[in-house]
Parts: sequence; C-alpha cells; structure tokens
Amino acid sequence: MEDLKKAAETNIKEYGFPVTIDEKSGALQWVDMRELNVRYIISIENLQEFYEGLREEKLLATKCRKCNELYFPPQKDCPKCMISEMEWVELKKDGVLETLTVIFVRPPSFSNYEPYAVAIARLDDGVRVTAWLNGDPEKVKPGDRIKIEVSRRKEGYLMYEIVPVEG
Amino acid sequence: MPVAIVGAGHSKFGARKDVNLPELSWEAIKPAMESANVEQKDIDFFVVGTAGFWSSEAAVPALIYEYGRFEDVGSMRIEAACATGSAAIRVGYTAIESGEADVVLVLGIEKMQESPNPTVIELIGRFGSYFWEFENFGLTFPGYYALHATAYMAKYGASEEDFAKIAVKNHFYGSKNPYAQFQNEITLEKALNSPYIAWPFKLFDCSPITDGSAAVVLASEDKVKEWGVEEKVWIISQGVGTGTANLSRRDTFTSLKSASYAAEVAYKKAGIDREKPYKELDGANVHDCFTAAEIMAYEDLGFARRGEGVELVREEQTYIGGRIPVNVDGGLKAKGHPIGATGVSQAVEAYKQLLSKAESGRQIDVRNGRFLAHNVGGTGHYSYVTIYGLEKR
Ligand SMILES: [Zn+2]
Repeated sequence: MEDLKKAAETNIKEYGFPVTIDEKSGALQWVDMRELNVRYIISIENLQEFYEGLREEKLLATKCRKCNELYFPPQKDCPKCMISEMEWVELKKDGVLETLTVIFVRPPSFSNYEPYAVAIARLDDGVRVTAWLNGDPEKVKPGDRIKIEVSRRKEGYLMYEIVPVEG
Repeated sequence: MPVAIVGAGHSKFGARKDVNLPELSWEAIKPAMESANVEQKDIDFFVVGTAGFWSSEAAVPALIYEYGRFEDVGSMRIEAACATGSAAIRVGYTAIESGEADVVLVLGIEKMQESPNPTVIELIGRFGSYFWEFENFGLTFPGYYALHATAYMAKYGASEEDFAKIAVKNHFYGSKNPYAQFQNEITLEKALNSPYIAWPFKLFDCSPITDGSAAVVLASEDKVKEWGVEEKVWIISQGVGTGTANLSRRDTFTSLKSASYAAEVAYKKAGIDREKPYKELDGANVHDCFTAAEIMAYEDLGFARRGEGVELVREEQTYIGGRIPVNVDGGLKAKGHPIGATGVSQAVEAYKQLLSKAESGRQIDVRNGRFLAHNVGGTGHYSYVTIYGLEKR
C-alpha cells in the first residue's frame, strides 16, 4: 500500500490525479485518498470478574445457578433456563489438547509477532478453550496433556495461554 | 410454488483490476438476463449477496439498480460470510416460493482486490468470534480450517499429501474452465513445496483472494409455464444450518455440524437417501475454501463415511467417472472464491452441468438430473446445501 500511495503522490504532481497502473494487468487504478482506521470499543462491564481472575492467574467461567451449565467464554445469561442468576467459578487449569495450527501468514495487526501457534484444548471441567500454545508445536499432538497459564503479552497486557505438560 | 433458474451468468474470476464493481456485476447480470430472456421490467425483486468491507461501495443493490436501469423493484443486500451467495439465493427462492415475487434476479459479487492482500487477510480472520478468537489470538481464515485439518489428520491418518491431491484435482478442472482464476494444472510436488500459510496448510491448500460476480434469474413455475421456458433447472430443496461463533463451543473438529444438518434437511425434502446420496446425484460443488474442507464436505454430505473421505481422494473417486464428480469447475481453489459470488457461481455451475452446457473436458454425465451445491460461510458458521434438478420435486 505504501508504494501505491507514493506512486499516487507522484502522479498527482505529474498527471493531476491519485492514480497508478496495476503492475500485472496494466489497468489504471484510482488510489483512494480517504483512509479509515477502525478500533472498536467493546463492553466488558459484565466480564469484570473474568479479568480480575486473570490478574490472580485464574481462568473463570460463569455457571448457571439453576442448571449448573458452565459457560466459557463466560456469558451473563443462561438461555437454557432463561435466567440470569449466574455465578463465577474457577476452571481447572488442566486438560487435553484437541487441535492446533501455526499461523505463518499473520494479519497486519499481528505483524509484530513471530508465527504463533493457536490451539484448542478441552479442560477437565468439560469446557474448551482457544488460546495461543506456548510451547514447541512440533513436539505436541492432539491428545497430549496441557495446562492453562497466564502471561504477559509483548504488548504488555495479561492473557491466558495453553502450555504443554512435559511427559 | 416451485422455483426454477431460468437464466445464468458468470464473470471471469480473478484479479479484475480492469473493471469497477458495477461493471463487474454487469458481466454476470447481462448474460443471466439474456439467457432468461427477461428485461428489467420483468424483475420483481433483486437480491445482492456481497460481504463487502474490502471494497469501497456499500450500497451495492442501489448502485446496480442505477447502473442496470432497473425500475420499481425491491432489493436487498445479504451477508453470510462465504455463504453469502447461497443466502442471497435463499432470499430469492423463498420470495418466489411464498408467492411474494414471480421473477427474482440474484447477484453475487465481490471485489476483494480493491484492498491490499494483508487487509483482506485481516478482515477475513474476523469472520469467527472477534472478541474471543481474533482479538487476542489472531486467528486467520486458513487458521480456522487448519485447526480442523490437524484434528482430521490426527484422528484418521490423513496427510498433507492427501490434501494436496485435492488441489491437483481442482486445478486440473480449473484448467478447463475459462471463467476460473487459475487455468493451470499443478503437480503434487508444486503443491507440497509451496510455503506454509497456516500449518498444515500451504499456499496451494488455500483458495485465492478473488474478484468476481455470478447471477441467476429465478422464476416461479407459473412464469416458467407462461413463458414456455425450455432451459431451466429447478431448485429442488435447500437446507440451511448455523454453527457457533467460537470453535471452542463445538464438540468436533473433524466435521461441520451445520453442514451435516443442512444436508439432512436438503436430502429429506428432496427425498434423497441420506446413506448413499451420491447414487441419486450426478455431481456436486462443495466448499473447498481449503483442501481439507473438501474432505470434510464429502463426509458431512454422506459421499463417504466418517474418516473415509480421504479414501475418495486417494482413489480419485471425485474426478469425472468416479463415485461422484466434485468441483469440476475448479472449485474455490482454482476457480477462485469471491466471497459473495461463490454460492451463486455454484448455482450457475449446477445450471450449466445439468443442461449439459459445461465446457469440454469438464461436463459430467447427466443421468439422475440432480446436482448438489454445498456452500459454507465462515468455518461452518453458516452452511447451505442446495439440490438442483432437471425435474421439479
Ligand atoms: Zn441454566
């Protein structure tokens, strides 16, 4: 995109418009002068306990007080019982790896990270968790035991991750 | 009221830097209207499937209304991730079935290359659960399906080479489809030596970023009779399923529950045997956004038993002449995957195949007169299974 912007700037001066010629097809392109930066502001008002839990290295879920259904990601309402009487419970941090991948081609918003492994694990409580795998992806396979840990991201904030258990 | 496709049009898929969005749309609308022998005034309703956000124009139905000189016609824009095209067909189909409309134009259009590839990768990665999957874990679209591929490999012993064979097949047929983005055959070695995108997927396991459009004209049985339409393909049935936003809320990663459900609904309504549906179908298009997705589709659709989809690949049973020809237009892999156009492109393919209008080297044998289209949005977030037929149900 940066090369396109530069080409457009040159062409504004030389030709009068922000245009460029597509390398492959030779077709004339208008390079948009308007740029949109998007950053969402997302309510976590009802997830406060979850983040308090992470601060204490705990992974919390919500549990319906009536039917005992566990919800992870946590949710405020139990649609099975149509009630909102939920309690926060700590999940067991042990489980089994179900699947994994390594993301080589990253989204631009993750370009400051090296290729990262993403895994889904089933915790012994029965709920599944998607998170980064902190460990050598070539040395683990579905069925291996894992645990959940909380660590600080490169960006400085706390996040849970899946860590292979040796042996 | 039974509904038929009475006209179909398809643009060349690819990096269409030579046209803007309405121009690209018109490349599909014009042949669709011409083959249906309809004019603007005949259209009661107009549905546009487009996922958008990588392209500049948002009010696409209005833009097409203006460009195509339509008049006094209702319209709607539809989005269901990569199943957007089938969702648009559903709106047209149900509008006619319910008696609300007699003639509906359905357009699927996507101009993904108006944004640079990294932006598109960023945006498609957001098609799952934004907050719990993307925000902190940066899942990408190949990544979501790779999680399934890994689980499938571990459970059933499939290999990266098995996956590559899907790409080889789809490129083989893409080479025979003049509308395909990639009209070149590839070797197994080339596929296996391409760089990793999201392990275990390499470049040649992934469908490309594509510009393209496809359109169909749908008409009620009354109109078909009134106009004496000879070339037509009926929509026999359609099943639609939904999956959880978070993959972690699912029980299995070796199948897509929403797709199995959609198949069940579609088969039941069409009176097709769920056990061996391939015996009643002449061919199928399945959603091979990634190679392993095609194998899962075989199983979700009942073309093979669980764990045996990979055998169909090894035995080349989904080439023409095998158990059931699949994606003989090149599939998403070689034909290209312009998100909103894909489902409509599958309908165009059903129309062409059943009416024996497919290009040389990729025409299936039409015996049962039935063709299946399987179109998945996200990673099984939305699934559409549509059965098309020469005879109405
Ligand atoms: Zn409950």
